[in-house]
Amino acid sequence: MSNDALPKLPPTYYQEVERKGYSRRDFLGFVTMMAAFMGLEKSAIGQVVKALETKPRVPVIWLHFQECTCCSESFIRSSHPIVADILLDKISLDYSETLMAASGFQAEASMKNTMEKYKGEYILCVEGSVPTAADGVYCMIGGKTSMQILEEAAANAKAVIAWGSCASNGCVQSARPNPTSATPIHKVLKAGVPLIKVPGCPPIGEVMAGVIVHLVTFGKIPELDRLGRPKAFYSKRVHDSCYRRPYYDAGLFVESFDDENAKKGYCLYKVGCKGPSTYNACGVMKWNNGTSYPIQAGHGCIGCSEENYWDNGRLYERASAFAGFGIEANADDLGKVALAATGVAVAAHAIATNVRKHKLIFNLEKEGKQSEKELES
Amino acid sequence: MSDTAVHIQRLRRVYVWEKPVRIYHWLNVLVLLALVVTGFYIANPLALQSQHEATGKFTMGWIRYIHFAAAYIFFFNFLFRIYWGFVGNKYASWRQFLPISRKFFKEMWYVFRMDILMLKGREHMSIGHNAMAGFIYFLTFVVFLVQCLTGFGLYASTSSWWFPKLFAWVPAMLGGDILTRQVHHWAMWFFILFVVIHVYLVFYHDYVEGRGEMSSMGGGWKFIEEETFTRGHHQTPNPEKAKAQDGPVK
Repeated sequence: MSNDALPKLPPTYYQEVERKGYSRRDFLGFVTMMAAFMGLEKSAIGQVVKALETKPRVPVIWLHFQECTCCSESFIRSSHPIVADILLDKISLDYSETLMAASGFQAEASMKNTMEKYKGEYILCVEGSVPTAADGVYCMIGGKTSMQILEEAAANAKAVIAWGSCASNGCVQSARPNPTSATPIHKVLKAGVPLIKVPGCPPIGEVMAGVIVHLVTFGKIPELDRLGRPKAFYSKRVHDSCYRRPYYDAGLFVESFDDENAKKGYCLYKVGCKGPSTYNACGVMKWNNGTSYPIQAGHGCIGCSEENYWDNGRLYERASAFAGFGIEANADDLGKVALAATGVAVAAHAIATNVRKHKLIFNLEKEGKQSEKELES
Repeated sequence: MSDTAVHIQRLRRVYVWEKPVRIYHWLNVLVLLALVVTGFYIANPLALQSQHEATGKFTMGWIRYIHFAAAYIFFFNFLFRIYWGFVGNKYASWRQFLPISRKFFKEMWYVFRMDILMLKGREHMSIGHNAMAGFIYFLTFVVFLVQCLTGFGLYASTSSWWFPKLFAWVPAMLGGDILTRQVHHWAMWFFILFVVIHVYLVFYHDYVEGRGEMSSMGGGWKFIEEETFTRGHHQTPNPEKAKAQDGPVK
């Protein structure tokens, strides 16, 4: 469907659902699932149904910068077919490098069209970080740098969604030494545009759908935490909803990946699981239609939705890396060296005291001995 | 050197560390010990009981419970000590810790030359903390604060009480729990190094001064030479006196 053919009032979500051949039952099932994921009360399900029945589709521009497209992949594999079919395929995609039919000039025209026609109404989704080094030449699309594209597209957006860790935190391409100065979009965007960060590498498809459904249903951005992430999905640590948590509390840990404890399904804390430092909904929503998630598959969480997870220590160790002392140094190694150095310094000082302050100590002793003698007599 | 007659000092008992200061000190020792030991376990739990079943076990749970309980005691003990810095005696005063006067810096420099470089000269005379020690304690207070901020910051998301939630901005400021946890772990080493130097220096002062440094944190007393009272050359910052001395006297 090209933008020129769009009627004045675009079809509602429900119309699209019907047109696609889904039953009312499918639709209600989808709404209930989404409402549950978003942490809404039962009474809000009706609200969501009504919103999707009456509100026209929200145009979406989906930009790809420095990224691997795993966010898009995650989204289109969201467990419920309506997510992919309606939210992504039909509602959005006025512009998406990966999934749109148009290419070249047509594609650019389509984006421009949406930006003009739905000024202040469209949602801008950004996947990937923005390289700012060398005036942004490391990521150019259609002759423009990602910095320029983002600035133009964000200027009149209703809200901006930072999909994934690249757009939210910079992700691996911003790891030291970060040659392209890969920058998360909140540092590039001008203040004033509402921004939702949906970190994860990739984020869970249902979480992405939930954020969009929330925007559509309530016409405003979901409640965000201090780091700008939707509270509904990022207020609990992976650790807090982990099914292996009882082993953690009991003090039973996998010591290495092939040991007996690993077979018993003990806690992966000591083989580097970052679940205790990672805020995400993996333990509850899981992946691939709720099949599993990393910890269930026997691998620790790597903390992919946390800022700087790529530079903050190693993936298979809990030890705290010590920046500036090489990747092999951890806080405890350094602490032991410092402790030994302190011990040596203290011993040296004790020796020096006895040499340099000999007279003082000698006099004190003499005084003490004299008093002792006087007591004797 | 030439006078062979031993000069026997007359010592006067001075109440230096008041009871609340002593209680603060030893409570701090206990909770810091608990925090460091449990902290090491939490960071890298020992593989002591891998052969056990999880049923009925709560080892990590208890260790963390001790860590959090000790953290609360540590925090409020710390707050109490700050309060006591305003109502306690002059050796407990906040003025002992903040290098805000020329006199403070002069004494620090003097202590540095006498006790660290071991230069010859008249020994300095501090009855409470010397200025160098006071300043180091000020640094420990800063690290106390760092530990409280990062610790309660990490704890905030697991708690439903409003008090730890007051610290939720800390991990947000540091960009997440991973870095917050690392700062918390690095800063812990400060305490370990501090304890080594602190305990050594208590021995040192007891040894070269003979005024009862070591026992002073028990009974609160130090034994000060009579002459000090008459000559008044001890270097404890005294705000009232300092004000008076700012005039032509000095």
